[in-house]
Amino acid sequence: MKLLRLAPEGTKISFMRFRRLSYPFSAVMSLFAVAMFFLVGMNFGIDFAGGSQVELRAKAGVADLASLRAKAEKLDLGPVEAQRSGAETDVTLRLNVQPGGEQGQTIAVNKLHQAFDADYEFRSVDAVGPRVSGELVQSGTLGIVVAILAVLTYLWFRFEWQFAVGAIIGTMHDLLLTVGFFSVTQLEFNATSIAAILTIVGYSLNETVVVLDRIREVMRKYKKLSTAEIVDMSVNAVLPRTIMTATTVFLALLALFFLGGHVIRSFSAAMIWGIFVSTYSSIFICSPMLIYLGVRADTFDRNVAKPDATPAGANR
Amino acid sequence: MLRLASWKVASILALVFAAMLLVVPSFLSEATVAAMQARLPSFVPLRQIVLGLDLQGGAHLLMEVDSPSVIKAQVEALRDDVRGKLREGKVSISGGIAVQPRGVLVRIADSAERARALTLLAQLDARIGGAISGGNGHTLDVADNGQGAIQLTLTDAATTEKVKRAVSQSIEVLNRRLNGSGTKETNVQQQGADRVLIEVPGLQDTSKLKDLLGATAKLEFRLVADAGEAPGDYETLPEQQGGTLPVEKRVMVAGEDLVDAQPSFDSRTSEPDVSFRFNLRGGQRFGQVTSENVGKPFAIVLDGKVISAPRILGPITGGSGQITGNFTVEQADNLAVLLRAGALPAKLTVVEERTVGPGLGQDSIDAGKHAAFVGGALVVVYMLATYGVFGVFADLALGVHILFIFASMSLLGATLTLPGIAGIVFTIGMAVDSNVLIYERIREESHMGRSVISALEAGFNRAFATIIDSNVTMFVAAVILYLFGSGAVRGFAVSLGLGILTSVITAVTMTRMMIALWYRRGRPTHLPI
Repeated sequence: MKLLRLAPEGTKISFMRFRRLSYPFSAVMSLFAVAMFFLVGMNFGIDFAGGSQVELRAKAGVADLASLRAKAEKLDLGPVEAQRSGAETDVTLRLNVQPGGEQGQTIAVNKLHQAFDADYEFRSVDAVGPRVSGELVQSGTLGIVVAILAVLTYLWFRFEWQFAVGAIIGTMHDLLLTVGFFSVTQLEFNATSIAAILTIVGYSLNETVVVLDRIREVMRKYKKLSTAEIVDMSVNAVLPRTIMTATTVFLALLALFFLGGHVIRSFSAAMIWGIFVSTYSSIFICSPMLIYLGVRADTFDRNVAKPDATPAGANR
Repeated sequence: MLRLASWKVASILALVFAAMLLVVPSFLSEATVAAMQARLPSFVPLRQIVLGLDLQGGAHLLMEVDSPSVIKAQVEALRDDVRGKLREGKVSISGGIAVQPRGVLVRIADSAERARALTLLAQLDARIGGAISGGNGHTLDVADNGQGAIQLTLTDAATTEKVKRAVSQSIEVLNRRLNGSGTKETNVQQQGADRVLIEVPGLQDTSKLKDLLGATAKLEFRLVADAGEAPGDYETLPEQQGGTLPVEKRVMVAGEDLVDAQPSFDSRTSEPDVSFRFNLRGGQRFGQVTSENVGKPFAIVLDGKVISAPRILGPITGGSGQITGNFTVEQADNLAVLLRAGALPAKLTVVEERTVGPGLGQDSIDAGKHAAFVGGALVVVYMLATYGVFGVFADLALGVHILFIFASMSLLGATLTLPGIAGIVFTIGMAVDSNVLIYERIREESHMGRSVISALEAGFNRAFATIIDSNVTMFVAAVILYLFGSGAVRGFAVSLGLGILTSVITAVTMTRMMIALWYRRGRPTHLPI
C-alpha cells in the first residue's frame, strides 16, 4: 500500500538561515498586534465587559432584525446590538452594562422578557454584573501568567535555562499574535477565549519541547558541529512529526469550527490560528534563539556523566 | 519490546472492559438505567455523565451576600453591647458613642471613669478561631486613643467570620426555600468569600426564582402609629397595595419566633392567606400585645413593606394567627415557604445570571456530537493513510482514549459542558501525537539501518521522554485553566486534562501491546511505515 507522506523525509532545509527574515518579520507582527490591541482593542464579550446578552428564536417565521432593534431601543436600555446567530430565525441581542449596580443587568433582562416573550423564544440569557466581569478579567490574566511561570520552571529543571528562555520567547510571541488575531478579526473575546489562549500556550510549548528535546539529544551526540548545524539537523528530523501533528489537530479543529455550533466558533477559530503560529514559532523563533543565547555542544558537559568527548553512540 | 507478559495484556483488556461498563449507562435512557439499578447489586456503578447546564438547559444564578450591611449590623450590635456594658458598670458616657465604619468611639472626658470603662469594655473582646484560622485570634481591639476617648475596632478576623457565617446561613435558608417550593435537583454552594451559586436544571423563567431567593423575608409585627406620637418613634413605610402607612419603630413580635407557616384560606372571605404559629416566647408576647391593643390596627411588615394592617378584634392568646393581604394562592404559598425557611441574615443580590433553554442545549449536544464524529473520522482516515497497519493501531488506541475520557469523567462525576466537548475534540487531534512521535522515531531508526525489532525498541524508548516532556506542558496548562477558570471553561480544562492523561496511557501501553502482538504473529522483516 502506498502511504501518504505530507512531509518529505530526510530534508536538509537550513532553517536557521531564515532567522534573519523570521526575526524582523515576527518583531513587526508582534508590534502590530500590540498596536492593534491598544488602538483598536478587543471585542470583549459580556464575560469581561459586563452587560447582558440574550439569544432569541422567532416563534413564527424569520426574525426581523430591524424591528427587533427598534423595539429594543425603545426600552431605554442604552445601545442595543442585534445580530443574526446561525439560522435566519435566530438573533442575539446584546446590552451594555446597565446603571444601577449589580442588579441593573437583571432588571434589563426582565424588560427584554416583557418586550419579546410574545414573539420570541428565549434560548439563552446571560447577565454579568460589572464586579463579576472585572474578576473574570483578573483571574484570566493571572491564569495565563501563572501557567507561563509554571511551565518556565518545569523547563528550567528539565533543560538548560537557555532552552526555557527560548521556549518562553516563542510562547510570548504566540500569545501576542493571538491577541492581535482577536483584535484584527474582532471575534468576541470571552471566557472560552481564555481557554483557547491557554491551550495555545500549552500547544506552543509542546511543539517547542519536542524540537528542544531533539536539539539536546543531537548536541550530546555531535559535539563538533556548530549550533546552527545542530539546530537545523534537529528541526529537519522532527519536521515530519511537526507537520503530522499539526495536521491532525487542525483536522479536528476544522470539524469543530464548521460543525461545533456558533457558541464555540470563536474558540475554534483562535485555536486554528494558534496551531499555525505555534508551529511557525517553534521552528523559526525558539530554535534560533539558542544560537543567540550562546548554547553550544559543550553546554551539556556539566550534565553528562562521561567527560569523554566522543559521541556516546546509541545510549544516552 | 517483545517481552510482553500475558498478565499485562489481560489487565489492559480488563481495564478497557471496565471502562466500557462505566460508559454504557451514559448512552442509555434514564428510565432504563433506573430499571437496571433496581435489579443489579448496588456496587455496580451505573452513573451517567452529568451534563452541564449549557447542555441540558437550566438556570445558573450567582448571588452575593451584602457584606457591608452584615458588617454594619455587626457594628450596631457592638454599639448596643458597649452601651449595655457601661450601663451595667454605671459608667456615665459624657461624650456619647460614635458609630464608625469598622467600630465605635466612646468619648468619656473624666480620665478615671475612662480607665474604668476601658477595663469593662476589654471584656467584650472574645477569642475566635485560634491560630489555625489565620486571624489574630480575637474579635475586638480596645484602646484609649489618647484624646479623651476609647476606640473599639472590630478585627478583620471578626468581620470575616461574621460574613462567613452569613454566607453559610444564607445557604441553609436558600436550601430550605428551594426544597419548600418543590424545586428539584437544585445545587446551592458557596463560591468565593461572599457568594452563593445556585443551579437549577431545567428552569427557564428565573424571575420567580429570583423573587423566592432574593427576598430577605424579615417579618415584623408592629403597631400602627397614633396621630399624637413623637416623630422619632415611628416611620412611614410603603404598603403592598400602594400608599404609605405610619408605623411604630418598635417591633412587637418578629419572624424569628415563628415555628410554622402554611398557606390556608380565610374562614370568612375564603381568600388565600397564611396561617402561622409562634413558639412559646412569641406566643406569649403576641398574646400580651393583642390584649393591650384591642381595636388598634396591627401592621404586618415584610422586608420593610406593610403587607396588611388588620384591626385587632380581640386578644389572640393561642400563639397562632393568620396573615391576610389580598394574596393569590401562589403568593400565599410563596410567603409560607419564605416564612418557614426563615429570614436571610443579609440581602442577596444577583451578580450573574445565565440560563439556557432546552432547545439550545440540545442543539449544542448535536453540534458537539457532529464535530466529534467528523473530526474523529478525519483523524482516523489520515492516520490510516499515513501509517497503514500502524495507523490501525493508533486508531484503535484513539478509540480507547475516547472511551477512557468518558469512563474517567463518569467515575469522577465530572460535568460535561460544551467547551468540554470542544476539549475532547481537540484531544482527538492531539492524542495521536504520542503515536506520531513513536512512529516517526521508529521510521528514523529504521532508516538508519536498524533491524525491525531494534527500530521498534529504540522508537518507543527514545520517544518516551519526549512524550512525557511535551505532555507535561499541556497538562500544566489544563490544571491552571481548571484552577483559574469558572463555569463552562472548567469543563474544558477537565476534558483536556483527562484527555492528555489517557492519551499518553493509551499511546504508550495500547499501541505497544498491539505492535508487540503484531510482530510476534508475523515476524516481519521490514517495517510497513
